[in-house]
Amino acid sequence: MIGAACAYYAARSGLSVTVIDRGPVAGGTTGAGEGNLLVSDKEPGPELDLALLSTRLWRELSERLPAGIEFEAKGGLVVASGDPGMNALRDFAAAQTKAGVQADEVPAPLLRDLEPHLSPALTGGFHYPQDAQVQPALAAAHLLRASGARIRTGEEVTAVLTGAGGEVRGVRTPAGDLHAPYVVNAAGTWGGELARLAGAFLPVMPRRGFVLVTEPLPRVVRHKVYAADYVADVASGSAALQTSAVVEGTPAGPVLIGASRERVGFDRTLSVEVLRRLADGATALFPMLAKVRAIRTYTGFRPYLPDHLPAIGADPGVPGLLHACGHEGAGIGLAPATGLLVARLLTGDEPPLDVRPFLPGRFAPAA
Amino acid sequence: MPSSASEPYDLTVIGAGAAGLAGAGAAARLGLSVALLDASGQPGGQYFRHPAPALGARRPQALHHDWSAFTHLRRGLASGGIDHRTFHHVWTVTRDSDGLWSAHALTGADGDGDRPARVRARAILLATGAYERQLPFPGWTLPGVVGAGGAQAMLKSGLVLPGKRIVVAGSGPLLLAVASSLAGAGADVPVVVEASGYLGYARHPRALATNPHKLLEAAVHGSALLRHRVSLRTRSAVTEAHGTDRVEAVTVSRIDRHWRPVPGTDRRIACDALAVGHGLIPQTELVTGLGCATRRTPDGTQALSLDDFQETSVAGLWAAGETGGTGGWQLARTEGELAGIAVAARLRGEPTLTGSARVRKLRRRRDRMRAFADAMAAAHSPGPGWSDWLTDDTDVCRCEEVTAGRIHEAVTCFGAHDARTVKLLTRAGMGWCQGRMCATAVACLAASGTAEGTVPPSAERRPLAVPVPLGVLGALEEPPSTAESAD
Ligand SMILES: Cc1cc2nc3c(=O)[nH]c(=O)nc-3n(C[C@H](O)[C@H](O)[C@H](O)COP(=O)(O)OP(=O)(O)OC[C@H]3O[C@@H](n4cnc5c(N)ncnc54)[C@H](O)[C@@H]3O)c2cc1C
Ligand SMILES: Cc1cc2nc3c(=O)[nH]c(=O)nc-3n(C[C@H](O)[C@H](O)[C@H](O)COP(=O)(O)OP(=O)(O)OC[C@H]3O[C@@H](n4cnc5c(N)ncnc54)[C@H](O)[C@@H]3O)c2cc1C
Repeated sequence: MIGAACAYYAARSGLSVTVIDRGPVAGGTTGAGEGNLLVSDKEPGPELDLALLSTRLWRELSERLPAGIEFEAKGGLVVASGDPGMNALRDFAAAQTKAGVQADEVPAPLLRDLEPHLSPALTGGFHYPQDAQVQPALAAAHLLRASGARIRTGEEVTAVLTGAGGEVRGVRTPAGDLHAPYVVNAAGTWGGELARLAGAFLPVMPRRGFVLVTEPLPRVVRHKVYAADYVADVASGSAALQTSAVVEGTPAGPVLIGASRERVGFDRTLSVEVLRRLADGATALFPMLAKVRAIRTYTGFRPYLPDHLPAIGADPGVPGLLHACGHEGAGIGLAPATGLLVARLLTGDEPPLDVRPFLPGRFAPAA
Repeated sequence: MPSSASEPYDLTVIGAGAAGLAGAGAAARLGLSVALLDASGQPGGQYFRHPAPALGARRPQALHHDWSAFTHLRRGLASGGIDHRTFHHVWTVTRDSDGLWSAHALTGADGDGDRPARVRARAILLATGAYERQLPFPGWTLPGVVGAGGAQAMLKSGLVLPGKRIVVAGSGPLLLAVASSLAGAGADVPVVVEASGYLGYARHPRALATNPHKLLEAAVHGSALLRHRVSLRTRSAVTEAHGTDRVEAVTVSRIDRHWRPVPGTDRRIACDALAVGHGLIPQTELVTGLGCATRRTPDGTQALSLDDFQETSVAGLWAAGETGGTGGWQLARTEGELAGIAVAARLRGEPTLTGSARVRKLRRRRDRMRAFADAMAAAHSPGPGWSDWLTDDTDVCRCEEVTAGRIHEAVTCFGAHDARTVKLLTRAGMGWCQGRMCATAVACLAASGTAEGTVPPSAERRPLAVPVPLGVLGALEEPPSTAESAD
């Protein structure tokens, strides 16, 4: 997703772009996650600024790209059970509103106007009209196609070519060398390895997530609905398993229930405990889902950086190398803003927001 | 609530077909405690499928020339040591932190029982059989078009025929068996349409010569076909089914070596049912997710890779029967027994058990039948030209109604050259059947633009082998201590 967005905005800025991927389009984490474009789960700060810019750009893109990307401006609904939870949510939303987020409190009696099947036991919630969704694989495929960039799939970058001064000269793949003055590292969860090929350092790690998919249903879930503790999970740096169910319907019918977060390396083994918690969380929000069957589940590995912010911008040590990876659980949402930032950095134009918090140089190489 | 996590069994056998019954029996005879789980209410699996007692069939054996073998296998269930649990639909197998295996199952005839089960054991024998391989063609979604093996299964279990005048088509040795069962049960079978020739078998004279039973069976089917005036048309395929509410006729075309229809050879044959299938696909998803290695079979499916004693590449997981490649019920029974003995040898710490004369005999028999099965499989491998008979509006994925045209677009416009990417971009294979029906076709179509031309679908990856209600998932037992492991 990130590579497609970088290609799109760079090509629109008049640059000549080639996209190289060792797999197919959307073969990485993009094809193994969900497509929530959220502002609701982000506290004020640089990531929220990036998300707000992205939200605007996604809306623009949704008008330019084919309907196939399944863009839906459906809005998010964050709910709380109990007064302490509701109060915390209220404070969180107040701070977000100052930063430009639209958040409307929904008292308990009105919750079911928005979501008729919600559990009656909830205390209240907040509606976030800016939250939206796309189908990530289709969005990446269409964006890539619309970019007009040359696309070389099935080719692995095995070396980053550098010149006498250590500056980037291109990349090597089994099909030969490709020369270019700039290389953008959009290798997601594998961004650390690609950085290493260039002699750079970026501590990207995998953070596993499972998603449960139900049988197709008529529209029973209208927004993206999740419990307030999700926000705490997203921001947590713990390696331990965290699950808070985010429930959403899709145009095709199935309800998606995501997503767990745990740092267990690249282990794909099914975890029954994760599925139990996701199902438990979803049925607590929507009791009618108890009878609904899950038909599949899938796993992906979010590209995780220790401070939960992506790395966007020039590598401090290798001239010509730019990073655009480490978006963890928000890479779909943050893709357009990332792409636009990278394009501006490449052309030397004024970036649309302050890039300093994202600069890759913030990670000192471990001794 | 799951059943109490009481004493684990020595062995859990999943699937009570020929392989599972033989495996459970052998292991129990050697003193192991065995849980035998099967989704259906009766033992027997695909081959020894028979009507439920409630139907009051007087002579279920009428449809089987091997009924005595089944009564023998079934006798093992009564002799103690085997806990046969019917209506257990295993949805996943996991390895627990103490090294034991858990089979998680839904219960009830349709998996709607309110007591899911978790069965723990020191070893697993996977004997889940196979399902039919299908290739789409225009009209294949019409009522009256049924799976070939499915038609036979219907006949065996419910004693009903899918129609009065039934064309049997596809590829593989099963077609002849299906045609003779259908004809024997009173259907008019005008023709069996086989995409390959049978001459391919002749290239493996040794495998054939050492398998007299197979020849005998073929002869039996052959003469039954003659008696019922069934004609056999090889190197041909049903390339379209016609009808409005139901199939009324099919077009049969000659096909070349690559399975491309030969222009000008179409013939229309009237019928009210079509039984079609292209061989069997091993049902392995319960263990591929645990890392078991697979091999590509000569007819382009993925089967489990097994060692000389039926163990998969993951220690503690054994497999027998069709999960290791299609080979018929006798091979399944042989492998099951071999696996049962091998598990007992391992768990009892008596390796000499696997050196007995009986085991040597079983291994020889297995090797011989496997070689024969592979020879047959090679003769029935689909050629890349089959996709020529598709039209853009032919549904390839029936669950999600994804047409050949949309798959073609994903391949040509978006560079989707593998089944997974096609699935991501079109939803083909994401529906109720989880690609069991269309994965072969999708993999072939995805590869159509590449040098390989056709590729078999990759090993089955279906983390949930059967759909599981969220209420059941959410109510599973929590692990004893939710120890949050930090790294
Ligand atoms: C369960 C789950 C749910 C999620 N839900 C959401 C959500 O709702 N909203 C959201 O915004 N985000 C979500 N995410 C996160 C999102 O999926 C990721 O942040 C995003 O996909 C990252 O995109 P990317 O382009 O950086 O990485 P990827 O999609 O992984 O792309 C990196 C590419 O680099 C290629 N590559 C790597 N090394 C090389 C090499 N040496 N040579 C050539 N190519 C190479 C890979 O093949 C891969 O295709 C979720 C993630 C998971 C796992
Ligand atoms: C439709 C069909 C028709 C066939 N007809 C013939 C024929 O006429 N002649 C012939 O020689 N061969 C036939 N075969 C091939 C036949 O499968 C084998 O010859 C033989 O039955 C193999 O035995 P098995 O024990 O390996 O598998 P099977 O007999 O298929 O037994 C597998 C068992 O596993 C159970 N099972 C599967 N998944 C699960 C799960 N998740 N949880 C619990 N239980 C599960 C099934 O209910 C089944 O009882 C047919 C196959 C099919 C699919």
